[in-house]
Amino acid sequence: MQVQSMFFKQRASEKLGDALLQGNMKKAKGKFVDGRAKAVAEFGVWEEVRTHAAKVRDRALANLDAYLVEFERNATRRGAVVHWAETAEEACAIIADIAARNGVRKVTKSKSMVSEEVNLNERLEAAGVQVVETDLGEYILQLAHEPPSHIVAPAVHKSKEQVADLFQKAHGKPRLTEIPAMTREAREALRGHFLTADMGISGSNFVIAETGTTLTVTNEGNADMVTTIPRIHVVITGIEKVIGTMEDFATLIRLLPRSAVGQTIANYLTLTTGLRMPGDADGPEQMHIVLVDAGRTKLLGGPMQEMLRCIRCGACMNHCPVYQNIGGHAYGWVYPGPMGSILTPVYVGLENAGDLPNAATFCHECSVACPVKIPLPELMRKLREEQFDRKLRPWPERMAIAAWAFAVKRPALYAFLSAMGARVASWMGGSEGLIHSLPGLDGWTKGRDMPAPQGRTFREMYRQRTRERR
Amino acid sequence: MDVKRGRMGARENILARIRRAQGRSGGEPTAAETALVREAIARHEVGPQPPFAHAPDRLAQFRKECERLGTTHATIASRSEIPAEVSRYLAAGGLEKRLAGWHEFAGLDWAGAGIAFDNRPATGDDKTGLTGCFCAIAETGTVLLLSSPATPKVTALLPETHICVVGAARLVDTMEDSFALVRSEVGDPPRAVFFVSGPSRTADIEQTIVIGAHGPYRVHVIVVEP
Repeated sequence: MQVQSMFFKQRASEKLGDALLQGNMKKAKGKFVDGRAKAVAEFGVWEEVRTHAAKVRDRALANLDAYLVEFERNATRRGAVVHWAETAEEACAIIADIAARNGVRKVTKSKSMVSEEVNLNERLEAAGVQVVETDLGEYILQLAHEPPSHIVAPAVHKSKEQVADLFQKAHGKPRLTEIPAMTREAREALRGHFLTADMGISGSNFVIAETGTTLTVTNEGNADMVTTIPRIHVVITGIEKVIGTMEDFATLIRLLPRSAVGQTIANYLTLTTGLRMPGDADGPEQMHIVLVDAGRTKLLGGPMQEMLRCIRCGACMNHCPVYQNIGGHAYGWVYPGPMGSILTPVYVGLENAGDLPNAATFCHECSVACPVKIPLPELMRKLREEQFDRKLRPWPERMAIAAWAFAVKRPALYAFLSAMGARVASWMGGSEGLIHSLPGLDGWTKGRDMPAPQGRTFREMYRQRTRERR
Repeated sequence: MDVKRGRMGARENILARIRRAQGRSGGEPTAAETALVREAIARHEVGPQPPFAHAPDRLAQFRKECERLGTTHATIASRSEIPAEVSRYLAAGGLEKRLAGWHEFAGLDWAGAGIAFDNRPATGDDKTGLTGCFCAIAETGTVLLLSSPATPKVTALLPETHICVVGAARLVDTMEDSFALVRSEVGDPPRAVFFVSGPSRTADIEQTIVIGAHGPYRVHVIVVEP
């Protein structure tokens, strides 16, 4: 997917003014947040499992090379071919080459965010291969020629009316009005593709080192068609997805669907290991696993490594007040919301996505919701620090931060300046206590008044109270 | 580009980058590191599990979770009653009395129950598929199918109705228990370890749940409890 993150501010304000999108986002918000809250409440040992899950992920990440080599050894033993791709381009070249060597004409795909990262569909289509997205949300977006706006519910920004229009055009049938009928029509449109594709491409939520296993998690059952019916199965996934054992998977899968949509379990979990066995009625004759780096190693070996625990549940964006109001497209790349505000700058360059680490209120809803305890706001703050150090923010902002840092390191000066500031701001607020315009900060006051402080700082009031009590 | 050589280079570069970032020298994991990883794996450490996963009445917990998922269930006393229960279920749903089923059920008296039984993997045209399972999990109301020549996965996936026979003795508490069972009875996992939890569903249009996305619209579990 083309990086558009440098246009974040402009796109965010467009999205805020898009009445249709605002309506669609409001509908989604409650379902995700309430669904998760209910599932967590009845689970009983949420914190214990979260802690264990973070440990499971950290354990593999701490020895990532050894876990990957162990995975490779076991997958190879079972007949899969393991490929390594340093870049997006390399990943596409490997898969296009597999398709060409095997005379592949049609590919069915189940949802894979890594494939969105590397622009796989475009590359295969350019080579004359038909690519059919089979997750209902991804199918809708393929018809609309749009990228996903959410990592779990890719078409969350679309209304049923918009889907009805797309289906009418694509399927050449009378326009539908009800969601079940639309789902049925998509099922019928896709069934033929499932049965006739030469190659199936899936992602893999995790890969298991002990057994060389890849796996899919879906509610629709599309990944099972994609990984079972075609003669070639290609898995594309990130190098950070490796875990040790099936038991580790059992821990993580208690968290993933609950965090994503409040389900106790996803309808279909499929662990795929190697090729069809002699006499099997189904399963592929070739299996290829493409392990993609494309920026992941840049997160290793420092505080940012915690980001690689991410299990792609979407809870951070579902709970983010910024995401809830602007949707995923404003973020300008594959991963939106708080996790995207960290991954995008690291993968595509901080200079291309400078607004993303700043697109947060630091309310900490995301880190509370995160099932693997990623300290998302702290990581965003680290990126802000890097921006400051590399002079990537506009000079007035850097000057302001430098001036603030100068003052805050001198307690007496800071006390004096903040006392002055509180008095001036209080005077500006007048009798109603509201500031209508702030010189130099009119971006803030253009659409709303700023409540004025009452004239004294916290430290002044605290000192006075201590005196009175004595 | 020489794809093959490029790929080999990529593997070495990625491994070396990982090691450099994490302060380890060399290009490949050492024998000692590999041994430590294998040791950690071999422990098969089980994480904390929710209290309800270990219910005093395992079957009741299984049924409760089935209902939550939209899976219907029935209990019979012996395998010979399977055709009658299938017949009752199909009639109640107004469904055609014909199915594609796993080989293990071919010897039952289907004709006597008025059902046409096709002993073969299901295709896209079959309306009902009948499968057994390797085991079932009470914590989540899940059935676990393992692929093999006699247990094709497509039979559980392609038809609109999936009927699954579960032996009560094959019911375990948790997914970890099911993995232990795979390890002790099968060893290496087969091509597909397939967990089915209720009928296929989607919520991709306006987060509205619709049953029957690509897989079955109905899942019916028949528990055989001798």
